[in-house]
Amino acid sequence: MSIVKRFLAAAGLLLAVAAAPAHAALKVLACEPEWGALVQELGGPLVDVAVATTAMQDPHQIQAKPSLIARTRNADLVVCTGAELEVGWLPVLLQQSGNARVQAGQPGNFAAADYVRKLEIPTSVDRSQGDVHAAGNPHIQTDPRNIGTVAVALAARLQQVDAANAAQYAQRATAFQQKWQAAVARWTQQAAPLRGVPVVSQHKGYVYLYDWLGIKEVAVLEPKPGVEPSAAHLQEVLATLKATPARMVIYSAYQDSRPAEWLGKNAGIAVVKIPFTVGGTDGAKDLFGLFDDTVARLLAGASPK
Amino acid sequence: MDSSWRSAGLVLCLAAGSAVAQPASDTQSLRREIDAMKADYEQRIKALEQRLQAAEDAQKAQPPTAAPATAAAPGAPLPPTAIAPPPQPVPSAQASTQSLLETSLILSGQYTRTSRDPADYRIRGFSLPPDAQIGPGTRGFSLAESELALTANIDPWFRGQANIAFEPDNSVSIEEAYVQTTSLGNGLTLKAGRFFSSVGYLNSQHAHTWDFADAPLAYQAMLGTQFNDDGLQVAWLAPTDQFFEIRGELGRGRSYPGTDSNRNGAGMSAISAHTGGDIGESQSWRAGLSYLNAKATNQDLSAFDPVGNPITNSFSGSTNVWIADAVWKWAPNGNATRTNFKLQGEYLHATRDGSLVADTTGAASSGSYRQAQSGWYLQGVYQFMPRWRVGLRTERLGYGTPDYGANAGLVGLDSGSPSKQTLMVDWNPSEFSRWRVQVAQDRARPGNPDWQWTLQYQMSLGVHGAHSY
Ligand SMILES: [Zn+2]
Repeated sequence: MSIVKRFLAAAGLLLAVAAAPAHAALKVLACEPEWGALVQELGGPLVDVAVATTAMQDPHQIQAKPSLIARTRNADLVVCTGAELEVGWLPVLLQQSGNARVQAGQPGNFAAADYVRKLEIPTSVDRSQGDVHAAGNPHIQTDPRNIGTVAVALAARLQQVDAANAAQYAQRATAFQQKWQAAVARWTQQAAPLRGVPVVSQHKGYVYLYDWLGIKEVAVLEPKPGVEPSAAHLQEVLATLKATPARMVIYSAYQDSRPAEWLGKNAGIAVVKIPFTVGGTDGAKDLFGLFDDTVARLLAGASPK
Repeated sequence: MDSSWRSAGLVLCLAAGSAVAQPASDTQSLRREIDAMKADYEQRIKALEQRLQAAEDAQKAQPPTAAPATAAAPGAPLPPTAIAPPPQPVPSAQASTQSLLETSLILSGQYTRTSRDPADYRIRGFSLPPDAQIGPGTRGFSLAESELALTANIDPWFRGQANIAFEPDNSVSIEEAYVQTTSLGNGLTLKAGRFFSSVGYLNSQHAHTWDFADAPLAYQAMLGTQFNDDGLQVAWLAPTDQFFEIRGELGRGRSYPGTDSNRNGAGMSAISAHTGGDIGESQSWRAGLSYLNAKATNQDLSAFDPVGNPITNSFSGSTNVWIADAVWKWAPNGNATRTNFKLQGEYLHATRDGSLVADTTGAASSGSYRQAQSGWYLQGVYQFMPRWRVGLRTERLGYGTPDYGANAGLVGLDSGSPSKQTLMVDWNPSEFSRWRVQVAQDRARPGNPDWQWTLQYQMSLGVHGAHSY
């Protein structure tokens, strides 16, 4: 037991040295870059935002690594997509954090997908259909109108968890909404030529984008959600395109470009990489850049060469 | 809220007041008085109504929990810009698919082929209980450990989990069954029940998440393959950006290196400290140091006499185990989907100290016993393309020179170090299924190496479980 005591004493000493002075800013952990960017827009200098993932990572497959556990421990607010997107890693972060504020059901736990109308909600969940999300398709950030809706709920939540600065959050939210709604109108107008354009997706990740712009998905490179494209399935897609041609094949920055490039070459259609989230491309530096760049890339892909 | 109650009370008083106002001698003065009162009340009601309206407006602009504070202070300045009331979550089909109890079932089976008979498997230099689960198990087809996991939040304060293992020999065992706090805050989490100890890296992970079909020799020889116990655990995570966690445990010490016994106090105590972090975007790591103490009383240990006949000794005493563990993971840009690499190693050092009755059914001679044991493994697992991984593990044990005291002449000694090399390839059609081929050259026993082939499947049914690092 004396060894245990010495161990504890050493740990206590380490703690005393390590305990950093408390920050005035609200500590927010965002699961994905788009929510990190949105919190930054709505909170400005009032928030200290850490983002758990980058645009180069697959949000379905993140590990509950030590750095993320430490950040969850210190967070006042955790902002995630929800709809089971983070089901493989977020529960571990919450369990191991020892942070009561951010547990599910607490004001410090915000799930963006709770506030938007979800698409592709399966009538039954059967894994023979792949890794389907029972709560519907979680990739809601590809429609800027969803970002606007989430911003309203998120601003209210920021006011709730940081009541002392409620007035400032309200002010920032109003300013953001004005800018955002104007931008959405502009993107919608710019993207008008995309209405009815047939495309192939690498992952079923753009249903909200297509719903917004009226793009038609004719095939998906992943044979089942979460299952990597196989050579056999790529051949099938190629055959499908003979009967129902598509204008372009779309993949996200974090994905392997080879299946999309293979199809682009063999079907003679444009290959379009979209940022998918903030940081996915050089142009997608913030939320506005994300959609400026996404719309520009789609328009370039759809225009006849 | 407060203001509306006050105004309601006022209306009641007013009604009561008018009822009480009975005719008096000087009706004129009374009428004047009533008129004055009426005017006064009207003014006050008007003022209250205004304050109520202001409070309601403030409430609309504020989120619900902040509202009472604002309304209690009437006349508080309104936020300069009022936004719409907070949106309510959109109802979806999700609620109906979520259940109160999350269930997942791991189904696992294997085919084993060994060049030497598993029945006489032992780890030379290590005297272990006769029922120790060591070695490659049974030859041929067998059900590997299948496991049912049940987990749920109990209420806003506790969470519970149970893992029930179905062994190939038709027995059922409780691997874990514990309750855990969710609301202590300050980085603290308390756990009570049966659980895998947090010592080392591999110990707390369920077998189906291991990268090889079996536990390293060091775990088999010094931790009873995987140490679990009944007791309490307190975990504390430091409030720093660098991950730093301490876990302390007390338990009854029911399994090897301890034994169950008639004790009021704790038979096991353990403490582990882990730290970790990222190196850029592509690398992450965790390392730690752990200490475990377990007490044993009349623990039967398999041994042999100097001419090689099997004997059983009985050990009573204390075992201290130190473990240093480290894991390092790499994935390009932190995206492990296509390729990734994991390097992991642990070093264990155990000291057994106490008394020993040598050859309990023969000489039954008492003496002192002390032995320092050690062992390590190092393994690397590389996902070279989606779905496919290859792994290599190398390991070695040392057992020093056991000191049998007065029994020195009664117990035979081993020579040579146990070692093992293992190669595995696995194919993961999805996150929920895995097929694995493993071949090992096992030199735990003296003599020829044992070539062990394992073909294994592991499938996960039910909820999508989250895995720890
Ligand atoms: Zn998805």
